[in-house]
Amino acid sequence: MVIGGGIAGIQAALDLGDRGHDVYLVEKKPSIGGRMAQLDKTFPTNDCSICILAPKMLECFDHPNVTVITNAEVKGLEGSAGDFKVKVLKKPRYVDEDKCTGCGDCAWACRLKERFPDDFNMGLGKRSAISLYFIQAVPRVALIDDEHCLMLTKGKCGKSPPCVDACGPKAIDFAQKPEEIELDVDAIIVATGYDLLDPSQFKEYGYGVYANVLTAFEFERLICAGGPKEGHLVRPSDGEVPKTITFIQCVGLRDRGNYPYCCSVCCLNSTKGSILAKEHYPEIETYILYSELRAVGKRSQEYVDRARDEYGIKYIRGMPGELLEDPETKNLIIKYEDMDSGTIERMEAELVVLNTAPIPGESSKELAEVLGIAVDEYGFFSPKDPLGAPIETEKEGIFLSGYAQGPKDIPESVAQASAAAAEASEIIARKSSRGDDEGEKE
Amino acid sequence: MDATDDEIRVGVFICHCGSNIGGVVDVPAVTEYAKTLPNVVYAERNLYTCSSDGIDSIKRAIQEHNLNRVVVAACTPRTHEPLFRKACEDAGLNKYIFEFANIRDHCSWIHMREPEKATEKAKDLVRMAVAKASLLEPQEEKKVSVEPKTLVIGGGISGMTAALNLARQGFDVHIVEKERDLGGMARQLYKLYPTFVDALEFVNALVKEVEAEERITIWTSTTVKEVEGYVGNFKATITIGGEDEVLKVGTIIVAIGAAEFKPDGFYDYDGSRVITQLELEARLRACEEAGDFSELGGKRIVMIQCVGARGRKFSYCSKICCTTALKNALVIKEKVPDAEIYVLHRGINVYGEYEYLLIEARESGIRFVKFGLENEPNVEGTSVTVYHENIRKELELEADLVVLSTPLISTPEYEQLSKMLKVPLGLDGFFYEAHVKLRPLDFATDGIYVCGTAHGPRDIPESIAQALGASSRASIPMARGFVVPEAITPVVDETACVKCGICVDKCPYSALRLDDDKLEVIDALCKGCGTCVAACPTGALDQRHFRNKEVEAQIKTFFCLS
Repeated sequence: MVIGGGIAGIQAALDLGDRGHDVYLVEKKPSIGGRMAQLDKTFPTNDCSICILAPKMLECFDHPNVTVITNAEVKGLEGSAGDFKVKVLKKPRYVDEDKCTGCGDCAWACRLKERFPDDFNMGLGKRSAISLYFIQAVPRVALIDDEHCLMLTKGKCGKSPPCVDACGPKAIDFAQKPEEIELDVDAIIVATGYDLLDPSQFKEYGYGVYANVLTAFEFERLICAGGPKEGHLVRPSDGEVPKTITFIQCVGLRDRGNYPYCCSVCCLNSTKGSILAKEHYPEIETYILYSELRAVGKRSQEYVDRARDEYGIKYIRGMPGELLEDPETKNLIIKYEDMDSGTIERMEAELVVLNTAPIPGESSKELAEVLGIAVDEYGFFSPKDPLGAPIETEKEGIFLSGYAQGPKDIPESVAQASAAAAEASEIIARKSSRGDDEGEKE
Repeated sequence: MDATDDEIRVGVFICHCGSNIGGVVDVPAVTEYAKTLPNVVYAERNLYTCSSDGIDSIKRAIQEHNLNRVVVAACTPRTHEPLFRKACEDAGLNKYIFEFANIRDHCSWIHMREPEKATEKAKDLVRMAVAKASLLEPQEEKKVSVEPKTLVIGGGISGMTAALNLARQGFDVHIVEKERDLGGMARQLYKLYPTFVDALEFVNALVKEVEAEERITIWTSTTVKEVEGYVGNFKATITIGGEDEVLKVGTIIVAIGAAEFKPDGFYDYDGSRVITQLELEARLRACEEAGDFSELGGKRIVMIQCVGARGRKFSYCSKICCTTALKNALVIKEKVPDAEIYVLHRGINVYGEYEYLLIEARESGIRFVKFGLENEPNVEGTSVTVYHENIRKELELEADLVVLSTPLISTPEYEQLSKMLKVPLGLDGFFYEAHVKLRPLDFATDGIYVCGTAHGPRDIPESIAQALGASSRASIPMARGFVVPEAITPVVDETACVKCGICVDKCPYSALRLDDDKLEVIDALCKGCGTCVAACPTGALDQRHFRNKEVEAQIKTFFCLS
């Protein structure tokens, strides 16, 4: 079983499936794809993220050896390596997964059409009470939001719910109930990824107060052609294209009061964001305010060099003290200490992007308890030996991969995912060499 | 209904995709149009051709109308071709008689504000698909068997880790190591971060495990001389003690590690008073063995980072040098508490959870001085001068020992192996993977994988993860026992081929070979990209399922020439 359907989970499931093992892939959200699906492009090649990921998502879903269970969480574990029993709670979608074709007609028909902030687009777009999680969602099946749907909250939606009328294949089923599934597996791979820190706790940055302060993921959705603004990079305050954008690094990170680690990806992510902004609108000036610029991965330093020399991205070693908003223009005034000159400087930016900390998943402590494995001082899952056994956990048969194990970029996550698959295959091989019964799911 | 064997009977299925296509393209009009096309004996439209209803409808129509070619006009083959091909197979047809027209991405999406033009374009695409489908031929897929054995080139931590995992999955493994002992560069290290265990103890424990594994054959003091073949069927000639030996394997893992850059000409490097981090590790090991750390070379130590890296000789960041410097500085501080250590750096690149090493180093009294590329430190005798960017002052430090942190680099062996295996190297000199994001451990050539520092600078835990990952990738074709290349490979017209070899050079997958004046297509390696067909000056190559006549028919019908 693979827990988490982001790029790490998908890769692990595909490797095991291709290897000939049966796999359950359990994903909490309504679609697999994870964080990578939300990115516009990926560094250092600026490949379109969803374009390279979507075929993998489908391959995984359609794989004869892989069973994808979305909208579901792991709630219980018994047994040991080679013989685990896992309890999975599948929440109701109120839409029949076999019947729904993902056309989206229900969302258009919904009485509460485009009323609610859309989770996938970081709240920048609006969705209806019934909707697809996103256009390339896998499975491409709609989901009813039980907090808002009138049928589910009030038991009534006009004379007849318009979504039911609009649905050609008659897939809507308000009677669905949560389902508890028990699965027998030989090994478990934890690939639950990360959450994002809410930067509104840092009052000095004015996130949530100043309209033109965004997080990096909001920026991704904004600049993505598949996002709510179709790739038009516009300010929330007035819908104008900003002339200057400042990226602020390490928000909540490398900070002993918050998250003391380095996230390993933000320097390159802001570099990418700056390049993309320049490619959309060459006249935009982009600044990156950082304290350490770490471009450690393969081809990363070259990427930063190119951003600086060819695109004219300005990297400033400086720590921002506070942000103020010009009440008229809604521009941001950033006061910062320029660490190279030692002087206090001011800069005006029409848009500010905060690189907030990717943090251990909200539910990873709970999952760690369910699985009987440990988390480290920051909340990432602890490997058995951070040097020699980075993929294994203290519990035999449970393996780690991706950001859930600690900060890393996509290629390292993919490598770890394959690694976890290799370890799981070892468990299965050992079991079959002992002559135990075979054919159980991985 | 009866049909003669050679009668072409095309069925066309046009998808509304809810309102996705139907909301823009006039699907009923396209369906009526399809019925008028040559060879089309049946056309229908579906709300969703991909739904179970739609698939059943295709199968039913194949039976009822005796169809022998099928066209679906819907979304993209990238996601849906396998589904429709399977429907054809289920109904008893060969899957290669299926053709796709993408009227969603190419019509309703891109021309959503021009429904009439989108409809016209949809008609064009359907006409072209029918023209091609009429000429399509059934194809036979050939299975290529895979020898369940792996050759691991390189016996360092990466190679040993990959070999152990594969052996424990039940595969036979040959490890080829050019040195006398297994262990690689880790043998030259003293302590290993992040746990600060002894490097030799760590490596020796791993070597023991490898030696105890029955399925692993160890070839030390051995080099790889030649590799022939392709996925599943490689023949590797290795040389040991002047004798050649031939190994037959199904997969190959490249784990040859990297070398430390020797900084000749940098900062008076002399290997005694100005040394590299690797030389420092050896010295620390010697001190430990002598039980006396006063032999280190002095208590005033200056480390200089990025020597030769990040824009000086090599453009890349070597990823491990900052953590390595901090590790060694912390080790020295523990052994020689009154040592005075300065680390001169251009930004400390500890990343992820290694940030704590920097915190610990600062707390233990190790001092950090940031300098810029334009203001490099100067080493003269025991004096090191450096412009400290943070306090904006020139510092003069006394150093008994200067330690240069130099990058990991590729070796001349890379070039040889790259040619031998026909896999590429990147601009940085390291092996170049199939895809930087999603296929970090594969090569574009099937059956060959890369891991560890051969892929680029990385530390031991990352190398171990990659090694296990490469082992997973290699296990896939071996566990299946065969690979099935898609039947879209080129065929050679011997009479037209002039053996010029242009196609051989152009093929990105090394799938063509000119042996004994005969051009051979290795189907197992071919991805059907068609580059060779386009490159062939005499038209001697013709690609199955994309025959020249099929593509020409599409073009002609587009211009209404036929």
